[in-house]
Amino acid sequence: MSDAPDHRPTMAAVSFGARLDWAAPWLMVPALILLGFFAIGSMSSWLTLTVSALAMGMMIFVMASGLTLVFGLMDVINFGHGAFVSVGAFVGVSTVLALGHWAGAPSLVLNLLAVGLGVLAAMLVTGVLGWIFERVIIRPVYGAHLKQILITMGGLIVVEQVIVMIWGPDEIFFARPETLKGAITFAGAALEKYRLLAVAVGLAVFVAMRLVLRRTRIGLIVRAGVENGEMVEALGYRLGMVFVGVFIAGSALAGLGGVMWGFYQEVITAGMGEDMMVLVFIVVIIGGLGSVEGAFIGALMVGLMQNYIAFLEPKAALISNIALMTAILMWRPQGMMPVVKAK
Amino acid sequence: MSDTILTLTGVQADIAQYHILQGVDLAVPRGAVTMLLGRNGVGKTTTLRTIMGHLVARQGVIGFDGMDITARATSARARLGIGYVPENMGIFSDLTVEENMVLAAVSGRLLAERRDRIFAAFPPLRTFWTSDAGTLSGGQKQMLSIARAMAEDRKLYLIDEPTKGLAPAIISTMVAALRELKDGGASILLVEQNFAVARALGDHAAVMDDGRIVWSGEMSELADDAGLQERLMGLSMEGK
Repeated sequence: MSDAPDHRPTMAAVSFGARLDWAAPWLMVPALILLGFFAIGSMSSWLTLTVSALAMGMMIFVMASGLTLVFGLMDVINFGHGAFVSVGAFVGVSTVLALGHWAGAPSLVLNLLAVGLGVLAAMLVTGVLGWIFERVIIRPVYGAHLKQILITMGGLIVVEQVIVMIWGPDEIFFARPETLKGAITFAGAALEKYRLLAVAVGLAVFVAMRLVLRRTRIGLIVRAGVENGEMVEALGYRLGMVFVGVFIAGSALAGLGGVMWGFYQEVITAGMGEDMMVLVFIVVIIGGLGSVEGAFIGALMVGLMQNYIAFLEPKAALISNIALMTAILMWRPQGMMPVVKAK
Repeated sequence: MSDTILTLTGVQADIAQYHILQGVDLAVPRGAVTMLLGRNGVGKTTTLRTIMGHLVARQGVIGFDGMDITARATSARARLGIGYVPENMGIFSDLTVEENMVLAAVSGRLLAERRDRIFAAFPPLRTFWTSDAGTLSGGQKQMLSIARAMAEDRKLYLIDEPTKGLAPAIISTMVAALRELKDGGASILLVEQNFAVARALGDHAAVMDDGRIVWSGEMSELADDAGLQERLMGLSMEGK
């Protein structure tokens, strides 16, 4: 027997506050909504703004989700991500416009069918474009951040010009399908039908992504790869293949986001994806690089800030999201839910 | 079937601008434990990382189980049957212990019989099976790291300093688990700074200095010759 005293470590209880620490980011969204309620004062304005904010947030999340995984998994900074948003919007909207008799009919089924086909076409094209983008543009510059920034910016410009070549340089205005126009009235507030649909779609994408990441083997490999890619390879998985898959899926999701954003604005331009990238990068950074959950919360917060501040103090709206990013990074310099890097 | 599972012939490798491995010649016998010893910074970890393919062998040949694997990808080497326990343990801290283990069973499922054997060797893993691996203590993480390599049969295990920074009680758990692996006929290349552990487990030994193997032979020969230890590793085993 050892002469050493018995090893009996004492366990001090963690304070209530510290135990809530992990949930803090999740609480930010309801806290912001509540804050908005008191600041705005009017129930109906607050409700309209909140639905609009959540719809915007969901669409930004759909665009950002792929980008954060791509960055987390292979340390690739893709400034060309906006290209997929633009291409998705043009392909999706063109498809729906081509199906004009379905989109124009006062039938929800036909309208949703038209939009569904538009979304499918957009995701298919942006998925294939993502695959080509990864092969031609990203692959030669693995591990070199500066080159990645330069060449993906170049890729973005080329894709934008191809859009101009095909669809012309002018912005295209159009109307939403018949049954997605207008609003429903709830508690005295006008809630646009399309925004409610956008919230539902965004939520569905988030739940589906979480299920894939948490419940499937490929999700397990992606999560492990974001944390320590070298070890995933040492276990026998071809991370390069997984990355290509994630890149294609992320591009297709950006395409979906593009279609959704196009129908939200009822106008599309070749530069729309590029314009969105500022918000998308803010979301990825405040969410924590590589974190889908973080991007989700970040996107909702960006949407809420933008809409509330634009209503309360329009002049401040321009800096609201930068201010939000600054505040979050002062609180958590790695973003709200950073994926632990163990490389 | 050759009685050597792994051979390195004149292997050279660099990290950034530093020339670390300067011509490593090493033969790892099948079904035995080979200790890779030497002072800090002589290239032991780099040797394992080069065998695994994390670093490119600029020159030389790495032969595994009769094949030349020098140009193969890391994942291909793993699938040929090399299990790797890195120095930093390589635990996926955002995944649960169970998810870490399931991922380690590349061919599909973690067999129940295998899981029970791992639980018997490392009881804390049963307790923390559904906890995030990031919440484990250092010793428990090391157990998980070795257990992960044991999730499936491997032809060769590369294990980098499994007892580093661990309390003596946990070191004995680790040694017992490695001995069980050894008794099962596994081939192991083990980097270890703790000479007592090396002496307890090793059949063969190779000593590195300045990016080369400077001595290789039976572990017992090295263990019994204090002068040789002093000369090769600057080791002084006073009182032993």
